[in-house]
Amino acid sequence: MDNFTVGVVVFPGSNCDRDVSWALEGCLDIRTKYLWHESSDLSDVDAIVLPGGFSYGDYLRCGAIARFSPLINALDEFVKSGKRVLGICNGFQILTESGFLPGALVANKNLNFICDDVELDIVSSKGGWFNNGDEKQTIKLPIAHGEGRYHCDSDTLKKLVDNELIALRYKNNPNGSSFDIAGITNEKGNVLGLMPHPERACDETIGGTDGLFTLKSLILK
Amino acid sequence: MDHFAVKVFVRLRPSVLDPAGEATKSASIKLGAEGIKSLRIGKFIEVKIEGNGENEVREKIDLLCDRLFANTVIEDYEYSLEKL
Repeated sequence: MDNFTVGVVVFPGSNCDRDVSWALEGCLDIRTKYLWHESSDLSDVDAIVLPGGFSYGDYLRCGAIARFSPLINALDEFVKSGKRVLGICNGFQILTESGFLPGALVANKNLNFICDDVELDIVSSKGGWFNNGDEKQTIKLPIAHGEGRYHCDSDTLKKLVDNELIALRYKNNPNGSSFDIAGITNEKGNVLGLMPHPERACDETIGGTDGLFTLKSLILK
Repeated sequence: MDHFAVKVFVRLRPSVLDPAGEATKSASIKLGAEGIKSLRIGKFIEVKIEGNGENEVREKIDLLCDRLFANTVIEDYEYSLEKL
């Protein structure tokens, strides 16, 4: 895996791109490459992270403008080829806006911007994004969002449950998300979107290492 | 070329909770306004656009509303069109 490279996408307004790169390079020794959103050449990278932040100032809706960037247009082929894509926070919002994942993320029920550590139940390890060896495993990750309330219609929710696409659920739902959903995958399992920030939980000195497994799993084939 | 002014309204679907609307409703009541049964906040978008006739312009606006202005997972839209 020496040459395995994770592309970290940079939109105008991304602000977790360097955190993701630090976590991958500094904590996991995985090579990264920043990809400017206007680039559509994904041939140099083996997996992609859409980091958190406020792409295009969250204008219109979170992720709505980023969806039309050349890079997101090129992502379709990348995903179809089975390569792995991880969308964190604003990255999750972009993945739902662009139709890679179902549902939408809307304003938190209490309208607060919530910055906190949350306990999460690993529901499904589809795609190998989470260590779900034990019968029921809980991890703790930070969240930082104002618009993280996952919403979908009842048919979509049934599909998510039936196909084991719900990856993470909040133990104490902080934002009013449907069915306590914090993260979901696509059917193939190679795309994961989640509101919590695994890249902010990769070193004991900053409060935990529960995010390491998810970032490390980017190198899975 | 015909010129049109289009007024687009984007609203959260009735099934989607609107916390900003709820907060504004609460403030409205504190202001002393009585009888408010429901208050929901949407978006209003004004577009000036040219095209060959109303049908062509409607096609463009439909595309814009469906793909960009609204996220139809959570929002509904409607628009009116005025020839300038």
